[in-house]
Parts: sequence; C-alpha cells; structure tokens
Amino acid sequence: MTVAVVILLDGVLYAAVLFLVAAGLTLVYGVMRILNIAHGSFYALGAYAGTSLVLVYLKTGGPAPLMYLALLAGAVVAGAIAGPLVERLLLRPIYGREEVVQLLVTYSLFLILEDVMKLLWGVDPYYVAKPYAFLGTVTIAGIRYAWYQLLLIAVALATGVLVSLAIRGTRLGRMIVAVTADREISATLGINVGRVYTLAFTAGAILAALGGALVAPLISVAPGMSVEAIVLAFAVVVIGGLGSLEGAALGALIVGITRAAAVQLFPEIELATVYLIMVAVLLFRPRGLFGEWETRRI
Amino acid sequence: MATVLETHGLTKSFGGVLAVDDVSVAIAPGEIVGIVGANGAGKTTFVNLVTGYLKPDRGRILYLGRDITAHPPREVTGLGVARSFQIPQIYASLTVLENVLIALVAREGQSLRAWAPLSTRVREAEGLTLLEPFGLTEHAARPVSELPQGGLKLLDIALASALMPRLLLLDEPTSGVSSAEKFGVMDTLVSILQARGVTVIFVEHDMDVVTNYAGRVLAFSEGKILADGAPGVVLADPAVRKAVLGWA
Amino acid sequence: MGDPENMRGGKALPLVAAAVFGAAPLVLPGWVTFLLTLAVAKSVMVLAIALLLRGGLVSFGHGMFFAAGAYTVGMAMKWGGMREAVVLTFLGVLAAAAAAALLGLLIARYRGIFFAMLNMAISMVVYAVLLKLYWVTGGTDGIGIRTPTILGVMPERESLRLVMYYFTLVMTLPAFYAVHRFWTSPLGFALRAVRDNEVRVEYMGTSVARVIYAAYVLSGALGGLAGILTGFSVGHIVPDLAYWTTSGEFVFVAVLGGPASIPGPLVGSIAFEFLKSYAYKYAAFTWQMTLGVTMLAIILFMPGGLWTIYEGLARQGRQWRLSWKRTG
Repeated sequence: MTVAVVILLDGVLYAAVLFLVAAGLTLVYGVMRILNIAHGSFYALGAYAGTSLVLVYLKTGGPAPLMYLALLAGAVVAGAIAGPLVERLLLRPIYGREEVVQLLVTYSLFLILEDVMKLLWGVDPYYVAKPYAFLGTVTIAGIRYAWYQLLLIAVALATGVLVSLAIRGTRLGRMIVAVTADREISATLGINVGRVYTLAFTAGAILAALGGALVAPLISVAPGMSVEAIVLAFAVVVIGGLGSLEGAALGALIVGITRAAAVQLFPEIELATVYLIMVAVLLFRPRGLFGEWETRRI
Repeated sequence: MATVLETHGLTKSFGGVLAVDDVSVAIAPGEIVGIVGANGAGKTTFVNLVTGYLKPDRGRILYLGRDITAHPPREVTGLGVARSFQIPQIYASLTVLENVLIALVAREGQSLRAWAPLSTRVREAEGLTLLEPFGLTEHAARPVSELPQGGLKLLDIALASALMPRLLLLDEPTSGVSSAEKFGVMDTLVSILQARGVTVIFVEHDMDVVTNYAGRVLAFSEGKILADGAPGVVLADPAVRKAVLGWA
Repeated sequence: MGDPENMRGGKALPLVAAAVFGAAPLVLPGWVTFLLTLAVAKSVMVLAIALLLRGGLVSFGHGMFFAAGAYTVGMAMKWGGMREAVVLTFLGVLAAAAAAALLGLLIARYRGIFFAMLNMAISMVVYAVLLKLYWVTGGTDGIGIRTPTILGVMPERESLRLVMYYFTLVMTLPAFYAVHRFWTSPLGFALRAVRDNEVRVEYMGTSVARVIYAAYVLSGALGGLAGILTGFSVGHIVPDLAYWTTSGEFVFVAVLGGPASIPGPLVGSIAFEFLKSYAYKYAAFTWQMTLGVTMLAIILFMPGGLWTIYEGLARQGRQWRLSWKRTG
C-alpha cells in the first residue's frame, strides 16, 4: 500500500515536470511543425539559470521567500533570451526544408548548447537545496513529503491552466490556433506568421526552462540533463498526440507514474526505463499518428 | 469481364463536407472517359478513392470484377491501374530517364534488386521510346529540376504510362502544358493507349480536349454525377453548363 | 544532385585511391597509419549513415550496430575461444545484420524524428544492457580484443600495425564495392526515390517500407563491420560504442564528408580522426560545440560537405581539359 502511494506521489511529481517540458515541445510542434531535438537543452538551461540566480540571491541575504522568484526569473530569462535567438538565427533559414535537414540543424543546436552550458557553468554538479528544504515537510499516508514538491505540482497545474486559457482567450492565443490550423490562410488574413512563430517558440522554451528550474532544487544540476529530458518529453508527446496540450498532460502522467513504478519495483532497469518507455510507446501507439503530419499533396 | 471499373454508392466526406456522394458508375474496357466538373466537385477525390489513396466511407469499387475497395495504391497499381496527378509527382533529384527507368523496373517487379544495375541497354532503350510521345527524349539525361512546369506534367503522365496499365487515370493531364504541345501530345498518347486497349479516365478543365478525345463524359457536381453520356450531349446540357461551366 | 558524373567518369579515381592507400603506410609514420586504419574502418559506418541520409532518414542510434559487431567478436573470442579474424569478421557482420533485420521490422515503418529517436532509444537500451550484464560483457571495463590470426597466421608484434592496416583495407574494399553496386541498382534508386516522393513510389507498386527495411539491414551490416574492424585495431571495446554520442559523431562525419558519394565518407572520416586527436588535446570543453557549429555551417552553406570541394575541383579540371583539347 505504501509503495503504491509512493509511486503515485513520485509519479505525479515527475509528471508535473515532464508536463512543462512536453507542453513546450508540443506547442512548438503544433505551431511550427518542427520537433526540436534541442528542446531538452532549454530545460537544462532553465535548471542552471534558476539555480545560479537563487545562489546569487541567497548571497545577498534578502528575505528567503523571494528566492522562489529568483528561481522563476532564472527560467523566464533563460527562455526569453535563448528562444528568440534560436528561432531567428537557426530555425528561420530552414523552414520548409525537408525533415532530415531540420533534424540535423536542431541536433547541431543541441550539441552547441551542451558545450555552452559547460563553458558557462562547468562540469561539476550544482546543488541548491534551500528552496526545497525551506518549506518543510508534510506527512501523507505515512510518507514524508516536502511542501516544495506539492508546490511544484501546483505550479505546473496552474501553468497548464494558464497556457490553456491564454490560447483560448487572448488574441495571441487565437493567432496561434489559426497558424497551427493553416499557415497560408493565416498569412492571407494578415497575421504576422513570423512573429507568431517567434512567440510560440519562445513560450515553448520558457515552459521547458520552467520545468528545469522547478526541478533543480530536487536534483543535482549537471551536464547530461538535456538528453534525458528530450527523450522523455518526446515519449510524452508521442503518447499524448503531437500538438495537443491535454495530450501532454495525460502523457506526462502515464510516463511519470510508469517511471516511478519502475524505480520502485524494478530498480535494475532504472537506467533503461526512460528509453524502454519510448520504445514501448512507439510499438503500441496506433499508426494513426502519421495522419498528423502527412498532409495531402495530391 | 463486362466492365473494367465499377463503383457502387461510393461516398466520402471530409469533416462535414460530402466530397463524393453516392457515386455509381460502370466503365467498359477500352473506353476513353472524360470527367468534368467545377473545382471541389469531387473529381480528384473520386480518382483518389478508386486508386486507393483514400478509403471511402461507404460503397464498393470493382476492378475487372474484383473488389479493390480500400486496397492501398501499391496493390491497386499491381493489378494494372496507374494514375497521373494534378500536381506532378516525380522524383525531383534524379534525371528524366532515371525517373522512367524506376517505373520500368517497378513494372518488372524488380525494384528491390541491390546488385545488378538499374540502367541496362534494353531498359534505357525502352525508356527513351516511352519518352518520345511526350517530347521528352532529348531531355532524358537532364535533371528533372531543369524541366519547365509543362515538362513535369508530361513526365508524370509518362511514368504512369510506363507501368503499362490496363486502366489509366489522368488528373488534369494538359493543365500547365502549352497549347502548342497539348493536342500533339494527346493525339500521340491516346492513339498509343487505344492501340494497347487501355481504358482511360481523365479529369479535364479544357473542354476542347474533352470534346476531341473523350468518347464519354461524366459531369461531376457537388460530389454527384450530374450527367453521363456522349460529350456533345453532356456538354450541351444546360444543367451541366450551369454547374460546371458557370453559365446561366 | 548530379551523381552520374561520379559514377560514370570515376574509373580512374578508385584505382588512384587504391594505389595511394596501398602505398601510404610505407611512407607515413606509424601513428598516422594507425589513425588511417581507424578512419577507414569507421568510414564503413559513415557509409551506412550516408546511405540512410540519402533515403531522407537520419539515425542517432547506429552505434548499437557498431557495438553489435564489436561485441559479437569480443565475446566470441573471450567465451568461444575463437581467434581467426576473417571468420570472426563474417560472424560479427552476420550478427549485426541479424540485429538490423529484427529491429528493422519495427523501425522501417517510421520516418523523420520518429525514426531518429526510435533508433536512439533502442541504442540506449543496448547500452544499458551492455553495462548491466557485466559478467558477460565486462560492464564498464569492456572486453579486451587480443590479436587475432589472419587466415591462420599470427601476425608478428613489429608488423602488427601494418598487418591490421592492410587487413582493414582488404575487408572494407568489398563493402565499398557493394555500396557502389547498391547505388547503381534499382534498390539504390528506389531509396532516393523514397526520399523524393514516397507517394509516387507506392503508386508504382513498390513498397516504401520494404525499400527502407532493405536499406536499414544493409546499413546495420555495414555498421557492424565498422565496429569489428575498429575493435581489432584498438584492441578494446566498451559499452560507450552504443551511446548516443558515438552515433552522433558518425552522423557528423557523414554530413562532413558529404553524403552524396562514396569517397565522401572516406574523406570525412579521415579528416575527422585527425581533427579529433588534436581537438581533444586542446579543446575538450568545446568538442560538441565544434561539431555542432561545423555541421550547421555545412548544412546551411555547403550541403555537399567536404566532397563538394573535390567535386568543384574535378569539374574545373574537366573544363580545363576540354578547353585545352579545343585550343590544342
């Protein structure tokens, strides 16, 4: 019974972080039809930037609760800077080129960002446990759980709701929906497709960075985060359906709980669960998935 | 077999739009049938359904008496059906001749051979012969990317023809082809096809082409066949003129 | 993309290349010969990647075939007591091809990023297995590959480097030839056709899935051969061979050399081996970035890779010869 609760709680926590990253990935895909291999790098960037900002802030000795703002700010700044840069410089030249090219370009970007982060933050892991420890713990069904973890889940939930509302309720959101549905018609309607692309991509980057920043106090931030993030996010998006926000949420739950279960019940294969999940997903997902990006050309 | 192609109650909708609405038709061997209709009348959807690119919501398709409903294009092609496309579907990174050679080797069923060369003297000769009616022989060694738009269309038709089908569907074969070439190509092509006994269905907007080459015309309107008969009769029908040509 | 030039007029090139490669170790220092051996061995894997690239597919997981070949040989030597290099090579290639044949059943149904990520994911599972089953695979320590016999003859210590060089050359020649035949064959054209227009391929009655499957099995076999030959030369194999970074490097070399020809992978591989040995010494922190930036530069400005330079020179050479003939 206890194991089940642990799996559930850990799984939901895991899912919360996964959702943020996957939501960004699926948003970008839905709008721009590009699956960015370097998306996981934004996650890592957010983790590094958030951690750094918190560490810097803590040195100033200001009131502790504000460190959460520093964490969030790190993520937002990282995403807001990296997003437009990448979109304008790298993705713009390759829109409309075939998928192989887009894959190679985003892969190149991933390689570059790996070393950029190494250059900026080195290879030693970062720990910043204060945001995690500061809020104390609570006991749920006999298991000690940190308030921070619950806070993380709440923030992820709130973000999901906010993004969903923003897409439905704001002008930008409606433009995003229009561009997603049909790029050419949107352009003829006067929508600045280029700007929508940049904004959507930046939003995606910020979401991923947010996921990274929020999870940073729970882990050690070190090189290698990007790969696991993109593989998992991709699995989530494959389950949930490319371009679907609700799908990202559902997929994140499935992947999160599955991984939590594997860690508890089959720890020997923990290393490979991440990748096994993806293989399993691709094995059982109905081929209807291809109907998504196979536009009728004849 | 009395018919080459039969459809019974063929229906297909996209979203809420009924693209093909309960279409039943029978085509006899050797017929040259023209399909006319306004844009969105269901002509290309019909071709897509018959050749297996789309699955119908309802209805059956029979080819030489055999049910081919919802069979994929690969199987339908294997049975002797070929088509050309509204937007030419060719292999853009290869030469004109290489495009045809691929079609030839596909017809032979040898597409998966990995050792013997594609380009043999026999195949090349046949390929060049196949390109002649389309005036593409002198362009044989050129990359497809260097062909003008009309040339791409002709190559597309050549590829379909290279498969030596019994039933050939052409989607707007003369659109994009210059008026000077149009009739020359159609003359040669139709006579070759008739000599081979091929049944031809072609979708056309150019009424002169239809009148000159079709022995029978199907007029599509809003997914249904409005009229079916000799070109002179169908194209004179006021209902057809209104729906297809937009004349009051 | 004008490939016919490479195929038809290229009779002289292979002979020249054979002569150059044949004579090379006799004039070059030992360490260069060693790097060349590695480069030639790995170029077969680059051929495999380039093959898929021309079909419009990129795999970030082919390290698993590299590892499949290498580990089959390693374990056959360690547990099966086998020592004969030629036999081991055939065995390893067979194993890699079998692995590709099995995995291809799943993978050949996918394209684009699904294909890329699926390959990556499976290769990482292979990596994890190689690590975990340490009692068979040696875990992180890997397996040491002792000197094999070549056709029953045990090479002398002093001439080992030379022997391995020529052995590698001899074993890769059939691979290069096979790939050359492949590109001029119906299947080779079908693969390019698939990249250009899958719909048309199906409408010719050819199964796209089967074309990709066949290409995938071939690429797996080639990858396995590369792993085996590299293993023999290096004398040691580790699970890292299956890690995504290894696969990524092969993709890089394919793009570097230029996927549009056969010599491209060879040139790219040689350039890469020498670059790597310098770069690791001076700029370990920026190795990934160097790869990334170079790859971007090539994709955006010179998609044919290094080979474009050669093609440009060759074209110039032809034009000069033609004008010379006219005036002379």
